[in-house]
Amino acid sequence: MTFDRLPKARRSAALLGGAAVALALGAASAGAETIRWARVGDALTLDPHAQNEGPTHALNHHIYETLVGRATDGTLTPRLATEWGIHPDDDTIWVFELREGVTFHDGTPFEADDVVFSLERAMAETSDMKGLHGAVESVEAVDEHTVHVQMEGPAPLYVQNLTNTFIMNREWAEEHDVEEPQDFAGGEESYAVRNANGTGPYTVAERDPEVRTVLEYFGDHWAETPEVSEIIYTPIAEDATRVAALLSGEVDIVQDVPVQDIQRLQETDGITVETGPENRVIFFAYDMGSDELQTANVEGNPFADPLVREAMHLALDRDAIRQVVMRGQSLPTGVTMPPFVNGWTEELDEYPQPDYERAQELLAEAGYPDGFEVTLHTPNDRYLNDEAISQAYVGMLDRIGIDVNLVSQTRSLHFPLIQNRETDFYLLGWGVPTFDSQYIFDFLVHSTEGARGGWNGSRYSNPELDQKIEALATETDLEARNEMIAEIWAQVQEDRVFLPVHNQLLAYAMREGISLPVHPENQPSMTDVSFED
Amino acid sequence: MARTDHETAAASTPRPPGRLYRAWDSDLAHAFRTSPVALVAGIVAVVIILAAALAPWIAPHDPFDPGSLVLMDGFTPPMTENEFTGNFYLLGTDDQGRDVFSAILYGARLSLFVGFSAVLFAMVLGVTLGLIAGYRGGWVDSLLMRIADVQLTFPSILIALLIFGVARGFIPPGYREAMAIWVLIVAIGLSDWVQYARVVRGATMVEKSKEYVQAARVIGAHPAKILARHILPNVMGPVLVIGTIGLALAIIAEATLSFLGVGVPPTQPSLGTLIRIGQGFLFSGEWWILLFPALALLALALSVNLLGDWLRDALNPRLR
Amino acid sequence: MLAYILRRLLQSVVVMMVVALVSFSLFRFVGDPVSTMLGQEATVADREALRERLGLNDPFVVQFADFVTRAVQGDFGISYRLQQPVTDLILSRLPATLELAAISGIFAFVLGLGLGVYTALKRRGWLSNAIMTASLIGVSLPTFLIGVLLIWIFAVELQWLPSFGRGEVVDLGWWRTGLLTPSGRASLVLPAVTLGLYQMTLIMRLVRAEMLEVLRADYIKFARARGLSDRAVNFGHALKNTLVPVITITGLQLGSIIAFAIITETVFQWPGVGALFINSVQFVDVPVMAAYLVLIALVFVVINLIVDLLYYVVDPRLRADRGAAGH
Repeated sequence: MTFDRLPKARRSAALLGGAAVALALGAASAGAETIRWARVGDALTLDPHAQNEGPTHALNHHIYETLVGRATDGTLTPRLATEWGIHPDDDTIWVFELREGVTFHDGTPFEADDVVFSLERAMAETSDMKGLHGAVESVEAVDEHTVHVQMEGPAPLYVQNLTNTFIMNREWAEEHDVEEPQDFAGGEESYAVRNANGTGPYTVAERDPEVRTVLEYFGDHWAETPEVSEIIYTPIAEDATRVAALLSGEVDIVQDVPVQDIQRLQETDGITVETGPENRVIFFAYDMGSDELQTANVEGNPFADPLVREAMHLALDRDAIRQVVMRGQSLPTGVTMPPFVNGWTEELDEYPQPDYERAQELLAEAGYPDGFEVTLHTPNDRYLNDEAISQAYVGMLDRIGIDVNLVSQTRSLHFPLIQNRETDFYLLGWGVPTFDSQYIFDFLVHSTEGARGGWNGSRYSNPELDQKIEALATETDLEARNEMIAEIWAQVQEDRVFLPVHNQLLAYAMREGISLPVHPENQPSMTDVSFED
Repeated sequence: MARTDHETAAASTPRPPGRLYRAWDSDLAHAFRTSPVALVAGIVAVVIILAAALAPWIAPHDPFDPGSLVLMDGFTPPMTENEFTGNFYLLGTDDQGRDVFSAILYGARLSLFVGFSAVLFAMVLGVTLGLIAGYRGGWVDSLLMRIADVQLTFPSILIALLIFGVARGFIPPGYREAMAIWVLIVAIGLSDWVQYARVVRGATMVEKSKEYVQAARVIGAHPAKILARHILPNVMGPVLVIGTIGLALAIIAEATLSFLGVGVPPTQPSLGTLIRIGQGFLFSGEWWILLFPALALLALALSVNLLGDWLRDALNPRLR
Repeated sequence: MLAYILRRLLQSVVVMMVVALVSFSLFRFVGDPVSTMLGQEATVADREALRERLGLNDPFVVQFADFVTRAVQGDFGISYRLQQPVTDLILSRLPATLELAAISGIFAFVLGLGLGVYTALKRRGWLSNAIMTASLIGVSLPTFLIGVLLIWIFAVELQWLPSFGRGEVVDLGWWRTGLLTPSGRASLVLPAVTLGLYQMTLIMRLVRAEMLEVLRADYIKFARARGLSDRAVNFGHALKNTLVPVITITGLQLGSIIAFAIITETVFQWPGVGALFINSVQFVDVPVMAAYLVLIALVFVVINLIVDLLYYVVDPRLRADRGAAGH
């Protein structure tokens, strides 16, 4: 079946590509550069609402556009919406003013109706984006360039949820029968998986999933002409091979650089490395709510004892992990929150220095003078050096007498353990796409109920705190809201719900003469590339 | 564990009974003494196996004890003192501050144990089934060879992955880590028995039609006795050769499985796991983390393979 | 002969069914596809709903029956990961793997045969010993390490050959080949050598051993005594008789070529079915894993059948034996 389709896809791609080149030549002669871009994995699909996943969004941001964008400093920027705000008369309505003169790749003009269609599509049962739009009641096009989003109640931060919700064209979707994202039960491939019609700066010229994707500049794009006119995107899964491809000059930009190679690459002639913090915090968490642990060799639950938790905090040498395991490529922290997030303060970020003697005293005081035995679960292919971080902490805990069995496995085995509450003690990383503390509280701190607390593997449950977290969602007075956030954090820190380690730093390595800033959500845009020639 | 190593080592080169015994006693020993390649390979293999078996007494550190590792010792180059802690390491340290020299000794010990056990397991299973299939013929043969087909249908690495997956389902969570090494042995062993079975079956089929076997049959000797007395010695040569090479193979299979993310826990690295971890440092400048374990594996596997080669020629009476 | 083929065909069908069953039951242990398919905001209810839609809540027997019924028609469902029909996905990746396997197989067979014959004829020569020892280095290191080392030497340091991918491919409509372009051929070299090295050594050692055995046989001595030239004896008689076991083993080795293709393809980012399989395992993409295992089984059963038949044709002794045993 692929083979019937390929020639057709190729033909139209060639036409599109030809048109783009012709237009680009007419528009500006500066943008005629090709960039060969490699990262560890490919986008899973071009369907913008089928997967809520980093690499998928990163590629789709080149083809489709969102109402609002996220700049590399974490702030919101206008994209398809030029202005947005809460309706002055009704705090349950969000108003979006749309950009004029925007067209889709097939030439159809972009209108408010496309936004209505796209948000509704993102809320469909088969959409993976629906979690971000749970509070939306309805979407309405007021005129051709104004959209009202009716929320179920006040939702002061809803706009933060829109940075990865892409806008599609209603007619195109209807014509190709893709009004809803892929339904696996259907058993047929959705047209939108390998074909796209967005408003983004690039069009799809060639798409061979996991092998090669070629994007060409879309000449009718509304923004300034970028310097990159063609993108050749190739996933390379193996770390060593990916670095080798850059060293041998076969690719221009490598996005996922192993931390140990950063320094060497920086010293290599013809290669530069840019680093920056990712919006993702790495932490350990333990079951502090159950009566019994599943893997401990002692009665009861040692993690329920605040003294034990304090001892474990004192055993964690974050600076050593930063220096050796992370080669300096991390920002150690005392709070489970990346610095970009609303609610972050320097005081919260401070972390204690390790004190093994004190830790041992605390353990003895808690009734575990000889420590205890427990299993730590860690992924080995999800975060930067995840397995090595866990291994280092196992050694540190061993010094205070806590004997840890390390179970290291692939993410598809690791994450269900947390979701199904089958682990006592685990490593987890948490990205905060909304850049607000509430996202952390909702998933990690709130008791497990309905849509909240899904990742609360700590089994932490504080009814008073739960109420505050729920109140955050509808509090429109931002100052009062920030105070509430600070109160919740104070409690979370006091109870030592988590054992934060650090925030990851991202590194992009590239051919000398290219510059590309690091994006906090690891979604670099090739429109940001500049050449120094 | 050390004791088991010796036992399995002896078992993989058992004293061949009957006719071959005399050759073993005189000619083979002589051939060994006069073959420089075999002599060197033999010495290297013995040194590595001994060093591995005696690791707890030789190694300056215990790399399997996470509490004894000092993270700040990480990435110390060979023959130098760490700039923070002043600790000295002969072959340097890895990313966890683990002494590479000790890690190689302990890792080789683990790898050899897995290798010997897996080979023994595969050999016993394969030879038994091969003898039965070749001697009985008929539906037994068909059944066994079809099982072998199913088995060969799945490439050996996949079989090992499969057994690992199934074991995960059956072993209660608390025991998985402790059982990992046994699962590994069964996984590698089970993925490798077919080779022995095929060779033994073929040889048995040829052998059983020969006069001396027919004669034994006519006298009314018990099939088990015929197999053990007459046929087994004649197929032991190729089996030993496969076994020797199988040992090298099993050690490398363990490394490959580690590359695929299956195997011993990272806190107790085997030689293969050390190489898997080390290959991440190929471009970063810490060459010793990869080089030394790789050299150790190469020396071990190469010497075992050379011994296998030599054994194949030496055991073949017509070549002498 | 016909009866023999029919019986083997029937056995092959049984083998396929067992493979399907085994591979299908494996998936219950590799992880939970639902947790990798949904984003981190998904709720328990969302996961349950998806599980229901995928039919993962059906009893095992129902799922298996459904799988077999559709598989027989060539329908393996939609990939959980890439959301394309699995059959399309595999067919589009298969040429890459087959080209790699074929080239490395040819490399292994030709070189293995040549070196094997040479080292057998010059058994005591120093070059033979050097070849024998050197060839062992290739099998004394794990494939992934050999691949990475080759990349380091030939792609990074010397910059002679590409480090990843297939290079430029030509679309023949039903087959995308890398053999017709210079970059495609250059891209094949390192993966093919990595993959073929082990088989090459194996074939070489086998050929050598068999040759040595045969050269000692009475009929060869007889042929020499009759005054036939060395060349005629070595190649006319000895090599011919050596080929039977060599063909068998080479055939059987195809299974391990495919197994190690998984590693090689991962290391070189070769867009074949092996890399597809490994990525699917990580994502718990059950439809792709199932289809891959069944496909590999099919390929192997067919190869095995052919090898058996060849064996049957080439070695008359087996025919006589089978006849005598009353088959």
